[in-house]
Parts: sequence; C-alpha cells; structure tokens
Amino acid sequence: MGDKADVWQGTLALMILKTLETLGPLHGYGVARRIEQTSGGLLSLNYGTVYPALLKLEQEGSIESEWGVSDNNRKAKYYKLTRAGRKQLERETHDWKQAQAILAKFLSAEPST
Amino acid sequence: MSFMRSMRALFWRLSAFFRKQQRDAEFAAELESHLQFHIEDNLRAGMSPEAARREALLKLGGFEQTKKNYRDRRGLPELEALFQDLRFGFRMLLKSPGSTAAVVIALALGIGASTAMFTVVRSVLLRPLPFKDPARLVRLYEHSADDKFPYNQVASGVFKAWKNESHGFSDLAIVSLGAEYNLSGQSGQLPEKVRAAECSWSLFPTLGVEPALGRTFTPSDDQPSANGTVVLSWALWKRRFGGDSSILNQKIRLDAKSYAVIGIMPSWFTYPEQRVQLWTPVYHEQSAKDMEVLDSHDFLAIGRLKPGVTEAQATAELSVIVRRLHDQHLDDPFVSKAANSLPLLDDVVGDIKTSLYVLLAATLCVLLIACLDVASLLVARGAARRKELAIRSALGGSRWRLLSEHLVESLLLSAAGGGLGLLLAYAALQWFVATRQDISRIEAIDMDAIVAAFILGLVLLSALVAGIASSVKISGDQVLSALQESSRSHSAGLERVRLRKGLLAMEVGLTVMLLIGAGLLLKSYGQLRSSNLGCVTDNVLTMRFSLPEEKYAQPSQRVSFFESLLERVRALPGIQSAALVRAVPGQGYAGDSGFWIAEHPPLPQGQGQYALARWADPGYFAALGIPLLRGQTFDEKARLDSPLQVIISESFARQYFPGEDPIGKHLLTIGRRPFQIVGVVGDTRFTIAEAARPMMYFPIYTSLYGNVPNEATLAIRSSRDVTSFAVPGQKLVEQLDPELAVSDVLTMDQLIGKSTLDASFDATLLLAFAVLSLLLASVGLFGVLSYIVAQRTPEIGIRLALGAQRGQLLRLTLVDGLKPAVAGLVLGLAGAAVATRMLSSLLYGVQPLDATVFAGVPILLLAVVGIACLLPAWRASRVDPVIALRYE
Repeated sequence: MGDKADVWQGTLALMILKTLETLGPLHGYGVARRIEQTSGGLLSLNYGTVYPALLKLEQEGSIESEWGVSDNNRKAKYYKLTRAGRKQLERETHDWKQAQAILAKFLSAEPST
Repeated sequence: MSFMRSMRALFWRLSAFFRKQQRDAEFAAELESHLQFHIEDNLRAGMSPEAARREALLKLGGFEQTKKNYRDRRGLPELEALFQDLRFGFRMLLKSPGSTAAVVIALALGIGASTAMFTVVRSVLLRPLPFKDPARLVRLYEHSADDKFPYNQVASGVFKAWKNESHGFSDLAIVSLGAEYNLSGQSGQLPEKVRAAECSWSLFPTLGVEPALGRTFTPSDDQPSANGTVVLSWALWKRRFGGDSSILNQKIRLDAKSYAVIGIMPSWFTYPEQRVQLWTPVYHEQSAKDMEVLDSHDFLAIGRLKPGVTEAQATAELSVIVRRLHDQHLDDPFVSKAANSLPLLDDVVGDIKTSLYVLLAATLCVLLIACLDVASLLVARGAARRKELAIRSALGGSRWRLLSEHLVESLLLSAAGGGLGLLLAYAALQWFVATRQDISRIEAIDMDAIVAAFILGLVLLSALVAGIASSVKISGDQVLSALQESSRSHSAGLERVRLRKGLLAMEVGLTVMLLIGAGLLLKSYGQLRSSNLGCVTDNVLTMRFSLPEEKYAQPSQRVSFFESLLERVRALPGIQSAALVRAVPGQGYAGDSGFWIAEHPPLPQGQGQYALARWADPGYFAALGIPLLRGQTFDEKARLDSPLQVIISESFARQYFPGEDPIGKHLLTIGRRPFQIVGVVGDTRFTIAEAARPMMYFPIYTSLYGNVPNEATLAIRSSRDVTSFAVPGQKLVEQLDPELAVSDVLTMDQLIGKSTLDASFDATLLLAFAVLSLLLASVGLFGVLSYIVAQRTPEIGIRLALGAQRGQLLRLTLVDGLKPAVAGLVLGLAGAAVATRMLSSLLYGVQPLDATVFAGVPILLLAVVGIACLLPAWRASRVDPVIALRYE
C-alpha cells in the first residue's frame, strides 16, 4: 500500500499543478472534479485526498491560496500557481515525459532470439 | 531546490503547531464549501437532496477522515504525540511526588557520582599529556643487576652513556628527584623551603614546552662553570613574587647562593611532580664527578623517540649500552644490566590507575542499582495502570504510543535526575580536586563536551534501561488476560511479580559486590593503620630542614648547628625528648648504601648487598622509643673524625649475622671505610605499607660522605599535645639562622595519615557507594514487597477467613521477600569472587577472598533486607479479613 500511495501522491501533485495551469485559480472541489473528468472516468478519486496534496504543494511554495467568491456567490478557497509552481510543473512534465519515453522504449523491445 | 522546498514545508508544519483551532475551523469551512459545490452539482444531475449529500460525502471519503489526513499533513503528528506524552508524564509524576522525588534523587546520586568519576578518569588517565606529540615520550629506567628492581631510577653515568651513544631518541633529558632549596626571604619575607627539580637543559625541548615568560635553559647554562639560573613555576611566581614580570633577569637567593630568574613556566606545567616550584640546571648544580656515577640510581630520565623508531627498538639499544657498562664493572654489583621503559603517560598516572578504575566501576554499579530501582517503580505504576492500558489497547490505541508514553515517563525521570546529578558531579569534583592534590594531573580535571555527552548518554541509557525493563510486559497477547485479571481483584500476574523479583535480585547482587569491595578496602586500611612502625607515634612532631652547602661548608659549622638546635629544643618546657635523624620511620625510603662485612669472606664477583642508610644523633633511639636490643648507642662525644661507628637493625642482624654476635664486627661502607658495629636496635618501617627492611644508622656528627650530613628531620616528643611546639620549634631554627626554612611540619600521625591517604580515600568512597546502594536496594525491596502485599490483600483476607494462622502468613510474606534477596546474594558473592581480583593490588594484608568480609557482608545484608521485608510482612499478617474482602 505504501508504494502505490507514494506514486499516486507524486502524480496527483503533477495533475493538480497541470489543472491549475490550464484552468487558472480554482477551488479544491473544482480541481478534484476536473482531474476525474480529464481521466475520462478511468481514475476513481476520493475527493478528500486532494486536500492534503494541495496543502503539501502550498507548504512547498508551488501554489498559494486565497478565499474568494464563486460565480454562484459561494465562498470558497481558491488555489493558484506561483512562479515556483510553474517552474516545477515544467520540470516535472519534462521528467515525466522522459521517464515515459524510456519505459516505452524498454517495453517495446523485441525479445532476442 | 528540492531541499529548499522541503525546508519550507517543514517550517510551515512546525508553525502549524500554533493557532490550531483557527486552522481547524478554516479547513472545516473549506470542506463545507466543497460539499456544497458537490451537492449542488448532484442536485442539478437530478438526485434527491439526501442522495446528493450522501454521494458527496462518499466521494469525499469521509468528513472526519479527510480532516485527520489533512491535520497529519498540516503539522508534525509525531511531535504532537510526544508533547502530549510529556504533558501526561509530568502530570503522572507530580501525582505521586514522594516516589518521584525518591527516584530522581537515586538517579541524581548515580548519575552525579558516575559523571564525577568519569571526569576524573578521563582527565587523569585518558587525556593525552599536554606536551607536544606525547605519544613519542617515554620514561626510561634501569633494570637492576639482581632483578629485584626492573624499573629502577637511572644513574647519572648511565644516562651520560645513553646520551652519547644511543640513536633512537631525538632528545633525552635527566631530572634529579626530590631536590629542595632554601629560598631566602627578600625585603622582610620569611625564608621558605621549596621543592625543585634539577634538570638538564634538554628537559623543556624534550617535552616540547615553552615558558610563559622569558626563556628556559640553554646548554651554556647547564654546566658547572655557568652562573646560577633558575626557571620559576607559575604558582611560585604568582605567590611569592606577586606575578611581577620585572623579576625576570633579577637575582634570587637559593641555598644562600645567587640565581638569575630567566623564565616563568605556564601555570599547567609542573613536571615531574605537582609540588615542583622551580627548576635549576642539573649539570650546574651537581659536580661533574656526581654526574658520572654508574651505581647510584638517583635520577629520572625521559626521552623523545625519533620518528619511525619504536619504544622497544630504542629501549633495546639502551639495554645494550647498560650491559656493556655492567660488563666493564663486574666488581660493582650495583651497576644495572639492562634498560626498561614505559610510555610517559603510564608512568605519570601509574599509581592511581587501579583505584580510579575501581571507583568508576563502583559508581556505575550505583547507577545501575538506581536504574533498577526506577524500573521497579515504573513496573509498579504500570501494574497499577494495567487495566487502563489494556482498555486503551483494546480500543485500538497504538502499541507504540503506549510504549512511548512509558519511555517518555522514564526519560523525564532520568532527565531530572541527570540535571540534579550534574550539579552533584560539579560539587563532587570540587571536593575531589581539593582533597587529592597529590594525584598527578589533578590540575587537568575539568568538565568538557565529552563529559557532557557522557552525561547525556547516561541519562538516555538509564531511561532506556528503566523504561524497557518496566515495559517489556506491554505486549498484545496480554491484553485479554489483563482485562480478565483486573476484572476481579486477585493476585497480580505471576509474570509481572517474577520480573520485579528479578530486578530486585540484580540490585541485591550488585550491592553485595560493592559491600564486599568496600569491606576489603576498609579491612586493608585498618591493617595499614594498625601496623606497627616500630617506634612511638603518639605526640611526636617532625620538621625537616637542610643546611645550605655554601653557607655551612665546614663540618664544624654543621655540627655546632645540630648541637645548638637540639640543646635549645630540649630546653623548651614540656618537651620529653628531641632528636635528629635523616628520616623518621614512615617518612620514606630516604636512601641506601651498599656494604660488605669485613669479617666475612668476600662475596662472589657481581654480587652485592645493601641496606637502608640513616644518620641520627645518639639520643634518637631513646627519643622515639626504638628499643636498643644489644650493645649501646653512639658515643656521645664522637665528633667529626672519631672512630667510625654504626648501629644495625634487628632484621639486618638476623639476615647478615645469623647465629653470630654482630657487636664489634665491621661494615665496609660509604667509601669502603670500616665502621664498627656498636649496637643492634629494633626494626622500623620506612613506609607503613611495607615490612621493615635491614637498616644501618650512622652518627650524624661525624663525616660520612666527605662531610657531616647537612639535612635532617627534627623529631620532638612531648607528653602533651605536641602540635603546640610547632611554632616554638620553627622560631628556634629562625633564631639560629634567619635564612633557613623548615618544611613538612607534621606529627607522626599526620605523616602516617598522608601515606595512607590513598587507602583511606578509596575505602571511604567505596563504603559510601556501598551504603548508598544498600539503602537503594532495601528501599526497592520494601517498595516491591509492600506493593505485593497490597495486591494480595484480598487473597490474604480469604486465607484468613478460611482459617490460616497469622504466623504462617508472616512467614509466607517474609519468604516471598527474602527469596530474591538470597538469590541476589548468591549472585553477588559469585560476582565479587571474580571482581575482587581487580582490587588485589590495592589491598594490604588482606586476601581478595577474605573470609571475614565474605561472611560478614551476607549477614549485614540479610539483616538490612530482613528489616525491609519485616514491615510489609507484619502488615500482611495484621490484615482484617472483613475489610480485606470488602477491599474491592
């Protein structure tokens, strides 16, 4: 369980950052919802897990939060990317793609005869 | 970058420690808005209000759950738990202040004593000498030709040969032992006798020390033709010359001669002994002839090994040189045949090493006992709270939390004990340094970072020992049995009681070992104090002086000084007798001399005999009550070049004149001159810890080594308190010569006390530790037994109701308590039998397995332990069955 959670935590952070980059400032519910939708239902997410992840990113300085008012006049806490967060997203996206490419090459290798 | 991010996060999490409620409320609001968003969406998708809310909560993964996960991420949960444990621990400890205080004091004593001893051991034994590259410094010795003295002092001629011919040392230095000077008073100061070291100029470069002021000797200072020069110790400079640097290059008077002060050594430097106040160049002080003697072993030699040369190699080369000298002088049995060496540190601390290690071991025993006491207290508390712990455990309290609570509690106790112990250690060290000025390197004692680390280690260790020993029983499979057990009060689980009894047995065992060690040392000290010096010791006052050679160059001057001094002292009212002697019994070795018996056939070549040599006035034997067994004392009128006379001691006569009358025979000694034996006197000991050795006495008024002796001890005997003669005695000396100082003004009892200081010190300290641990062990035993009795009260009530006799119950409880004590006793006796071997070098006239001590300690222990058990046992037998059965 521990191993999976770690991987999940890492990718979840990346997804959150990407979501905030794409949609701009957003509240926790919106982030969770968006992640689920983008995955096309492949990902089943406990919305609650988004909050510790958001907190971690905020503690690390990648995002910042502020109370605001939504379109339908509801008070909510809005998260937005900081400059450090943008850089982190860039770097992690790059890392992730690289890892993916390596793994893809690896997995497509033909068995030698 | 990522490090910076985690640091930032850590800071955040730490700061989350504050304003918790506000942060909680904020997150609750955020979650609430989250749910509202979700519910609205669900409603829009056509769900019923209840279903919408339910789905939202489900999707969230639980409201409280999310909050907890969020909190865990927000702060540092481990830290918070620790704080909670600390608060809880404090409250628990304060709830029973009595036992908490007892435990803290026990730990403080243990930790304090161990810290103090460790500091001493570390400073004195383990820290390198403060010299340059001390590992390369060695002390050099001669190995005597008769093999009796493998570590003998060095003769000046042998040193000369080493210096000229050896290759293994980059520097060699020689120091004369026990030099003393009369330091004349200047501008009204009193004269003073100061301990000095006459050393070769190379002493300071060999050790690699620099003077604090001025310079040290040069080769040109260190020769007979040079002007007198002296280097002062820091202490003497401060005390006598007010720390005034203008003293440099000025003249002071030593033994009525003029010396230029050329340097002041730093305050820490006192080599070769603590008492040294000044240094003079030895080749200037001694005649050239005296520095070439091969058979008089009067000097200390040290060397600095060349890089790459081992001690063994260098010493082997020195041995070859000594061997050659030996073979060249086969007629002289006192020329050694080999060389020996020791690392300088070992040499400096040699005497005190064993006793310090013994004392350190003893303090660690006390600490261990204190820890065991704490453990049994915690076990008792654990037992009382067993039900509570079991319930918490059953409700899902994490086992780690329960254990950590326990550890935190013992950590709190140990920390309090450690803090108090630190103060105690500081006080103990002050006392130790003040009491034991005689230990070399005592000045090096101080508490530093390593000692602090040692204390911290001790505290953690004792917390662990106490905490773990008491909490091994908090394990899962016991939850059920604990719940069952405490559901109805009957006797506590067997396991738990067994654990506590095991702890007790260990405590008792350690106490027995300490008691036996203390008993042996005490008995040894008693033997030492009661051993007979061979003379009267009550109300005898001694003081030493030496006449400066320059001022008293003529034999007649010395004789008249001695005569008039004795005459005046004897005239003091209240004086019973007074005498002059080279050294009174118990004052030390002083000196020996080789001899041959004129009437006996010559000894085979290479063999020699020697005896301790003393000079004394004719009234000495009568004055100190040394019995004249045969013949008579010296001729009262013998002066200067009268016929040569000698008096021998009983053991001398027994050893060298078996079955013969020694009176009238002649000893060839002191320049092979014939001395006629005129009397035989009783044996006296030169030191209290050693049996009497053959001794010969020469008349003080005659020429011995080319002149009348110039140094002597004045012994005054009175029928009343003799210390009142100290000042009049000194005044008489001052009247005769205002420049002359006396030293070591001591009664015989003080003299003996000084030489038995080590023994009494070790014995007293060890006894204190032993009593302390006996006290701790009996308190522990008392506590455990009282607890067991309290636990068993209902059972005892039932037994009584069923007709058990009270006497029977008393016996039962007593046996219950005594059993672990006896087990511990057996363990302790076995341990002591092994451990006391370590003590054997400290014992005098007592075997390590001394029967009285090994029998006495168990009796004492059983008596004390019996008393500790009796009260709870008596209480058990007094239980009222009606009350006991209602006890629940």
